[in-house]
Amino acid sequence: MDSLDPLLLARLQFAANISFHILFPSISIALGWVLLYFKTRFVATRQAHWMDAYQFWVKVFALTFALGVVSGVTMSFQFGTNWPGFMNTVGNVAGPLLAYEVLTAFFLEATMLGIMLFGRERVSERVHTIATFLVAAGTTASAFWILALNSWMHTPAGFEMIDGQAHVTSWWEVVFNPSFPYRLTHMLIASGLTVAFLLAGLSAYRWLRQDRGADVRAALRTGVRVAAVLIPVQIAVGDLHGLNTLEHQPAKIAAMEGIWETQRGAPAVLFALPDAATQSNKFEIAIPGLASFYLTHDWGGEIRGIKSFGNQHPPVATVFWSFRVMVGVGLLMLAVGWLAAWQMRRGQEPRIWMARVLVAMTFSGWVALLAGWITTEVGRQPWLVYGVLTTAQAASAVPPASIALTLALYAVLYTLLLVAYVTVLFHLAAKAGGGALNRLPDAATKPALTGVAHA
Amino acid sequence: MPDLLPDLTQPAGWLPLVFALVMALSLLAYVVLDGYDLGVGLLLRRGQDAAQKDAMVASIGPFWDANETWLVLGVGVLLVAFPRAHGAILGALYLPVALMLLGLMLRGVAFDFRVKARAAHRPLWDRAFGLGSLLASAAQGYMLGAWITGFQSDAWSHLFSALIGLCLVAAYRLLGASWLILKTEGALQLQAVAWARGSLWLTAAGIGAISLATPLVSPRIFDKWFSFPELVLLLPIPVMTLVLFATIARSLARLPVRLQQGNQYGAAVPFACTVGILLLAFYGLAYSLFPWLVVDQMTLWQAASAPEALQVIFYGVVVVVPVIIGYTAFAYWVFRGKSTALHY
Repeated sequence: MDSLDPLLLARLQFAANISFHILFPSISIALGWVLLYFKTRFVATRQAHWMDAYQFWVKVFALTFALGVVSGVTMSFQFGTNWPGFMNTVGNVAGPLLAYEVLTAFFLEATMLGIMLFGRERVSERVHTIATFLVAAGTTASAFWILALNSWMHTPAGFEMIDGQAHVTSWWEVVFNPSFPYRLTHMLIASGLTVAFLLAGLSAYRWLRQDRGADVRAALRTGVRVAAVLIPVQIAVGDLHGLNTLEHQPAKIAAMEGIWETQRGAPAVLFALPDAATQSNKFEIAIPGLASFYLTHDWGGEIRGIKSFGNQHPPVATVFWSFRVMVGVGLLMLAVGWLAAWQMRRGQEPRIWMARVLVAMTFSGWVALLAGWITTEVGRQPWLVYGVLTTAQAASAVPPASIALTLALYAVLYTLLLVAYVTVLFHLAAKAGGGALNRLPDAATKPALTGVAHA
Repeated sequence: MPDLLPDLTQPAGWLPLVFALVMALSLLAYVVLDGYDLGVGLLLRRGQDAAQKDAMVASIGPFWDANETWLVLGVGVLLVAFPRAHGAILGALYLPVALMLLGLMLRGVAFDFRVKARAAHRPLWDRAFGLGSLLASAAQGYMLGAWITGFQSDAWSHLFSALIGLCLVAAYRLLGASWLILKTEGALQLQAVAWARGSLWLTAAGIGAISLATPLVSPRIFDKWFSFPELVLLLPIPVMTLVLFATIARSLARLPVRLQQGNQYGAAVPFACTVGILLLAFYGLAYSLFPWLVVDQMTLWQAASAPEALQVIFYGVVVVVPVIIGYTAFAYWVFRGKSTALHY
């Protein structure tokens, strides 16, 4: 087993855990607000279908939340076991941020979840709505703290190094570090989009099964409208995030764009196979000057190439391709979101083929999210904390065989759970429609105005 | 020993002590609270039919999530306040930690899957629930044993750790059964009395074995207990533990008759006394090990983060923890009394 590279194993294991984990918070963050929206619509209008929608989606929320919690507990152990050098070097920064996440978010959401799920008959309507709000606020607070830490690892600020340890000089600068506003916004909207397509996809699935009650149509409409509104915003925010990255992590941008040589008027590479051995692209298809234009807003702007960073640059092909997957899925979301919203304008039904497309796109948010996640985290390599600590320096001395064994166990369990999760969501959707044959669409109910304020 | 203690008037002295206390109390809260969840999970396979199993799960449904969060806080404090010890302890316990995490994952997701997956799969998820609870409980006990012995790798230490693993399984089972006596009614409640009786003797034997074995395994702990006047001052701990065991035994003997008459008087006694036993065991353990985080290698001061980082977290703890305790109490108040069927 000595041939196994412990650093690679530790990274694979951590990547597997954090990728599996992020799938579930990405849903529960925005779904919490959608539930609050359904609940407040019900309280305001007293139309039963809002509560029906709430009761279906709260089941999805509970399942998602449970998976997020158990995979999150794993993370809290692996920070120390896989990366002891991380806490030893930047523990004075990371520690308080993680502590505040546990204190202000984890207990709040976990405790209120019990009341939200099981307490409706034991507390007043108002307290139940407040509990729903606090669960949503808790998930968002959690995102705030963990993204503050994650952003700090990309663009560290507000600290000084004394004897090889980071000491904080300004907490404000640590939390609101240069990439934090962009990353937090990008992530929260990503969560909104993931949930929008999940709402639309599962509802379209029910709709196609002739389960077309007012609750199903309300959820479908909410999903499609939220998607249509959020996707252009996300593209704009993503662009700003990219400009921020160019300023602070130019090597990542060079890898994302597949630009090896420093040049003026750099091309936008649409397709290529980046080759690390020859330090060049094969089969490149590119639009001249375009990358310089959208990165510097000047057709002749200079972009630093990968070669200029020596060996301090991330693996190019991974970053290049994951970035393209994210953008590709984003553009697909734009097309589908707008077209579906157009078809469903003024209370109309979607076309059958569109409903099928929406079902196919149910988990498209996950694909874009993971691709974006890989782009930014692999793009930070070889650094763990940019310019402060490399990933190799932080690795632990755990025997590679132990890491390999547990990695295999985690991988098997995660695969099973992921399959079970997706299967059960569609099973729940199908089961919810079990009684739908008796339930005619409620013609008296006007299509409710859906807003995105809570998404 | 006194030379291990720094100046407690300085932040570098008292802050680590405060955080050691916060960590210890979080882990204690975890053992008591998630202990009854895990105990119910251990007993689940003994539930006689689907309805009884549902009632068992319903008794812990609104609480387990928040209960498990105390583990995250405890380990979180270890990570952020004592980063060097976090790496050393969890690195040494790498495999049992992984097994515990796998167990907690199985248990946590089975909770939701068992009612949401298709009906034919429910027995499978029930089994995952039980297996996860067993894995997590045994691994936690094993880790406790390995920690007490300072991560020695000889056969005796492994045997000692395995013994504590078994003992913790019994203790959680007792706690879970007592919880069911407190929260359920009818046939299930009577069942739970029988389960508690079965677990009681194993728990007592386990705690007795640990009390004898720990001083033998560690001469340092032997000196801490078996010297004068400490021995006299510490005597209340084993005496009170014995009294509590006797009280539980008497309560379990009387409860069946009373419950059959529809009299719930004393249904809280087994749970309260079991928690008392855990508190005493915890206190004894804390006395044995203080001030070491890694026995004979690293004190809590040696492992602590910089005072300024601890100071920042300290404010958060002072402000937020009372709030957490407040709304946790509110949640327990909302779900007070006998548990009812879960549906939403």
